[in-house]
Amino acid sequence: MSFWEKMLAVDRRWIFLLVGVSLLVPILPFAAIDVKFSVSEESQKLFDGLKELPPGSKVLVTFDYDPPSAPELQPMADACLKYLFSHNLKVIIMGLWPQGPQQAEISVQRALAEPAIAAKNLQYGIDYVNLGFQSGNEFVIQRMGSDFKEAFPRDTRGNGYDDLQLLRNVKNFSNVDFVFNLSAGYPGTVEWVQVAADRYNVKLGAANTAVQAPLAYPYLRGGQLVGLLGGMRGAAEFEKLTEFRGNATQFMLSQTFAHFIVIFFIVIGNVAYFVTRRKKE
Amino acid sequence: MRREIPLIITAVVGIVFVVQYFIPHTPFNRFQELFSDWFFIIAACAIWLGALNLLKLSIISIQKKRRDWQYAVIIVVSWFTMAIAGILGGRDFQTPGTGFTWLYDNIYTPLSATMFAILAFFVASASYRAFRARNIQATLLLVAGFLVMMGRVLFDDLLFGSIGEEGIKPLSEISDFIMNYPNLAGQRAIMIGIALGTVSTALRIILGIERSYLGGGD
Repeated sequence: MSFWEKMLAVDRRWIFLLVGVSLLVPILPFAAIDVKFSVSEESQKLFDGLKELPPGSKVLVTFDYDPPSAPELQPMADACLKYLFSHNLKVIIMGLWPQGPQQAEISVQRALAEPAIAAKNLQYGIDYVNLGFQSGNEFVIQRMGSDFKEAFPRDTRGNGYDDLQLLRNVKNFSNVDFVFNLSAGYPGTVEWVQVAADRYNVKLGAANTAVQAPLAYPYLRGGQLVGLLGGMRGAAEFEKLTEFRGNATQFMLSQTFAHFIVIFFIVIGNVAYFVTRRKKE
Repeated sequence: MRREIPLIITAVVGIVFVVQYFIPHTPFNRFQELFSDWFFIIAACAIWLGALNLLKLSIISIQKKRRDWQYAVIIVVSWFTMAIAGILGGRDFQTPGTGFTWLYDNIYTPLSATMFAILAFFVASASYRAFRARNIQATLLLVAGFLVMMGRVLFDDLLFGSIGEEGIKPLSEISDFIMNYPNLAGQRAIMIGIALGTVSTALRIILGIERSYLGGGD
């Protein structure tokens, strides 16, 4: 058996091992490298959209994902909430995925633990609320277009909609200044664009997983999305822009090495394929 | 009547939703709100139905000792554990410090993330074995995939980051070009195709021509 034939028949556990090492080593403390990276136009636009909001503006943050997508989306959520809280913006949280509001609580706790934010002594119901999950996918967005309260009569803590000071003057989308959608699939960014942005002229920014981001590009170029964060790179860029460095910046290095390993194996696989094919011919 | 009533409901609701989009005024907006509220109730019931069905099938699997019935035991135990933790937590069971949140953060989240993370290993292995430049189309896909994969991570910054004041980024620029032009054109074409297909299917359903959703092979 020639070298290339051996390469074609390589035990996949070697590939698993190399991928594992490439993912693990960059996140070890001794291997931490401070990499400088540029910011894409779509991430910059999203940040600029948030930056334009005056203090006291209401931002609806929708958590439409579950734990499997958290490695990419949670750093975006963390950076987003930290930025909003530190700039005195009011935050309304909701989710079209059942696990969304729970993911939101994780980010809220992380944000509130930041010393600068903790010093603000933010109050639930006044500075932020978590409306929880509502079943119904895009119909929930449509219902919110006429009345938030009908879609979310209570928050996750059991408080009535009218009992929450932050929501007293929030009837529908016209009372919200920005919508920040964190999405991993359906229902998600596409539905928010089609219902909230197209129909109710909501200012919408999206944070997507790398797999989903290509689907959102037509909306970005069409102006229906203010900006877009795509995958781990988008998360790292957003951390850089908000100046709240978190996991994404570190994970980017892991992803870079993993991509390198995958590309390396694909090249080797193709070379081996063509060499052995030529031999057979 | 078992077929006529669902057909009438579908037609009325479908027509109201189409009309209210173009005429968002009374009475169409009121009907739309009413139907949306009904949809919430049906969707919430569907979640319950799904959960109960999962429980029922798992219990049957255990009783009949079907293949891999041991996994069904885990499902049943997990089902009751999460349900009981949620009920004991009261109305604010999702807030920090409750048993439900502890289970969610420390068991559900790591398990879900692990399942998804395993994909990275299988994708690498599958790409090695299956991603071949067998013809022009496959080669184009392969090259585009390479460039986007390299442009979306830190290759540029690691290789050329120290060149020039802000570094040069050819891979990122090529990747952006692919995403903004060929990808965008392809996505738009697919979206327009899907939209046309959706409109025609919706019309067939509203008019009662398409009845397969009723079941029964009609």
